[in-house]
Amino acid sequence: MLETLAWIVRRDVTIALRRRTDVFTTLIFFVIVISLFPLGVGPDLDTLRLIAPGVVWVGALLASMLALEQLFLADHRDGTLEQILLAPQPLPLLVIGKVVAHWLITGLPLVVMAPVLGLQYDLSAEALEVMVWSLLLGTPTLSLLGAIAAALTLGLRAGGVLVALLVLPLYIPVLIFGAGAVEATTSGLGGSAHLSLLGAMLLLALLGTPLATAAALRVSSG
Amino acid sequence: MQNRLINWFKFSSPATFYPLARRLAPIFWAIAIVLVAIGLYMSFFVAPVDYKQGDGYRIIFIHVPASWMSMFIYLVMAGWSAIGLIFNTRLSFMMSQALAPTGALFAFISLWTGSFWGKPMWGTWWVWDARITSELILLFLYLGYMALVAAIDDRRRADRAGAILLLVGVVNIPIIYFSVKWWNTLHQGATIKMNGQTSMDETMLLTMLIMALGFWAYSIAAAMVRVQSIILEREAGSTWAQELIGERA
Repeated sequence: MLETLAWIVRRDVTIALRRRTDVFTTLIFFVIVISLFPLGVGPDLDTLRLIAPGVVWVGALLASMLALEQLFLADHRDGTLEQILLAPQPLPLLVIGKVVAHWLITGLPLVVMAPVLGLQYDLSAEALEVMVWSLLLGTPTLSLLGAIAAALTLGLRAGGVLVALLVLPLYIPVLIFGAGAVEATTSGLGGSAHLSLLGAMLLLALLGTPLATAAALRVSSG
Repeated sequence: MQNRLINWFKFSSPATFYPLARRLAPIFWAIAIVLVAIGLYMSFFVAPVDYKQGDGYRIIFIHVPASWMSMFIYLVMAGWSAIGLIFNTRLSFMMSQALAPTGALFAFISLWTGSFWGKPMWGTWWVWDARITSELILLFLYLGYMALVAAIDDRRRADRAGAILLLVGVVNIPIIYFSVKWWNTLHQGATIKMNGQTSMDETMLLTMLIMALGFWAYSIAAAMVRVQSIILEREAGSTWAQELIGERA
């Protein structure tokens, strides 16, 4: 079981590292979106500190959504996906492997980058720490949920826009508690309750979404 | 027992369901029109004026039943999808698709009337209240479902993909609802609430129930009409559909 998981993670990460532009596009998109907000809202630090958690989280949401289309597309095009579907190993497990790899490539860089961007918004060290934790717990949930939408829209003409429409409503709880954790910290309430809820959502998503994604993949490839 | 089971599944085939849908549609149209007519009359002339909100509250008789129906229809669609995935019945997916526009319509009406109600009562068109926000998200879920089904050309794939999305949505709805609710209380945003604890007048409640039943009948009627088109469109190649079209022509 674990061997299969490790194998598929290693395979996907290797492939992604050989085409680095894909990895960097997501990260650069995230950085640009977050840097645009001060230009739109104004450079007043009090306002920026107030909107920082929301802006960083919405940026992470959009960046993670942008990367979703790539999740199964390459494998679908060159026929690897069909082999994966035929493999004797349980499909939900393989799906988890693919999602983990996808998160390592597109999600983890965002988590690492977020504190630097948080500094632009004059967040305190404490708030930055909570932000990293919230992203660390929240972005895998986004990848897991997004995998369902990516599988459902596999190979469709309007795939990219459709993914956004399907997945953004499902992202709302993560957004609320992710941004809420940082906000609760800056207002002195402490974000541990939010972080616990994010962790609970991650566990729930880890249990449920691979099954739905596996079913969706079977539907999509006939 | 065996007999009853067979009867129960008789209408699960599009060919046998089509005539039934044709017969049921006018009946439910009639029920809907009568109930909504009674309900509207009662809501305008019989129900008493609210002591706080005056006549403005009367929009509740459209607003609340529409919200109920929008939520209920989503559940029904998810139920049909589950049945479709389990028993592999084509008609179940058709029912889901026939219901979707009605559900989206009710979600939209609910937001629209809520906005009209909010302006005179709260002084604003929109408040990020937990219920309004979750209704908005529900509308997004409906739109996502319809967009997904419309985007897939292969019927079989569209049916199943839509069904999976509906089931994922149904699991998510409670999570979304509670997170929005907690988010709202944490933000301490809109503290304006509807009359709070005031118990509702009996005539008002009765009127609202009549309207809700009327909307219910309308939903069934609209779904029956829509499902007929969907059946004919998909079964156009089959013998029974050809004969039917031939008869009418």
